[in-house]
Amino acid sequence: MTILTALARLLIFPGLLFAVPAAWFFLWVERKAVALMQERVGPPFMQPFFDFVKLLGKDTPPRSGIAGLLMRAWPLIAVSAAAGAVGLLPVLPSSGGFEGDLILLLALLELPSVCIIAAGFSSRSIFGEIGSAREAALSVSYNIVFLLAIVSIAASQHTFRLEALATMHPSFLTVLGILAILICLPAKLHINPFSLPNAEQEIYAGPMTEYAGPELAMWELSHGLEWVAGVGLVATLVAPHFAIAWGGAWLAACIFVTISIAAVLLLSTLAAATARLAIDTSVRFYWQCTLIFAVLAISSALFVRFRS
Amino acid sequence: MKLWKRLMCTARRRSPWLFHMNSGSCNGCDIEIVAALSPRYDAEQLGVRLEGSPRHADILCVTGPVTQKAVNAVKTVYGQVCGPKAVIAIGSCPATTNVFIDSRTLVGPLDKHVPVDVYVPGCPPRPDAIIQGVAKAAGILAERGNTPPGSATAVATIAVEEAHQ
Repeated sequence: MTILTALARLLIFPGLLFAVPAAWFFLWVERKAVALMQERVGPPFMQPFFDFVKLLGKDTPPRSGIAGLLMRAWPLIAVSAAAGAVGLLPVLPSSGGFEGDLILLLALLELPSVCIIAAGFSSRSIFGEIGSAREAALSVSYNIVFLLAIVSIAASQHTFRLEALATMHPSFLTVLGILAILICLPAKLHINPFSLPNAEQEIYAGPMTEYAGPELAMWELSHGLEWVAGVGLVATLVAPHFAIAWGGAWLAACIFVTISIAAVLLLSTLAAATARLAIDTSVRFYWQCTLIFAVLAISSALFVRFRS
Repeated sequence: MKLWKRLMCTARRRSPWLFHMNSGSCNGCDIEIVAALSPRYDAEQLGVRLEGSPRHADILCVTGPVTQKAVNAVKTVYGQVCGPKAVIAIGSCPATTNVFIDSRTLVGPLDKHVPVDVYVPGCPPRPDAIIQGVAKAAGILAERGNTPPGSATAVATIAVEEAHQ
């Protein structure tokens, strides 16, 4: 991958130029889907964009010292990590990539969550600290399943290269792995039933309680970009590889967007249909119910690998 | 620059985020605020979101006649809302202290302590009146921008009859 194609992927497609409007669109789809499920009309199409612009024009409370500097830095790090994760997705055929870019993608996907934990603690608000502690506990629970699912897919294909995974032939193991990723996504995106880190009203706004203005706008954007990266990862794994051979780049991009929207609709419907779980129930769900399947998936992947 | 200002004006009008504060209300108006967000009235069509933290909010919705216990909290929360901001007095209590007038436990009405932009009278006001008040406050917010609130030009009252039409 040359520097030019890397920059094009990071800045144009599927990077910032595509990902930022897509992030707003997915945030709107999420809110609209919840509204429709509750028989409401819901927010207008441009709502997330207006929210973003309005937040850019608001004041921020005065902050001084290292804590203030850190509080300003966390949302920026989260946004750049999420944008980088979207840029790594192998949407277009023969778009390059390198051996082990899956590991980089996982690290970048994890960074916003680490930033949220750090932001809550550096805001020194009691609600922020509770939210961060919950986020940390939740992150330890779902990440085991998430990583095991991805590793089982990668082990069954003998590669950590995203492009090879995007063009793999579907098998029982990969379907199991994708299902496990889908189960982890609500926790990764903090939506119901795993919305407890930023449990609105219950602990004010969780780690975001002290954030205002442009910093909050960056958090909203990073949340949207996490949506794009999370469902984008599922979309690249699910997308049929023959589409690339048939229709080239445009068809591949269209299929990517369609599957992403379908995944967003699925997750928003789940969010609208469920209530928030308590922290012990969520942790137990991932450690007791889901972990068994993840361990089964990885052990069978390793078994298949050693037999072949 | 002018385009950015116009965009910001539209964005402020179309995205009012509320923080709801009870200053000793009987809970009647609070229920009506929740009703305004419910499927029947659906204030989210106007971009309204009820926020958990005052830091995120643009519009502070105060209910209740401002008791002695609550007055410092009202002032603190008003300070915590980042500018540009507006205040709506929801119900007759924060506007006039209503039936509790002359009570020795009250230090209201609300406009003695924080500048109020929109009054929504009623005991309790109807949800559609509250939504109209929020829309009016968002309009005031968009026009006023970062100039300090409380200037006499920007005070509006939602007439009960007007809201019922």
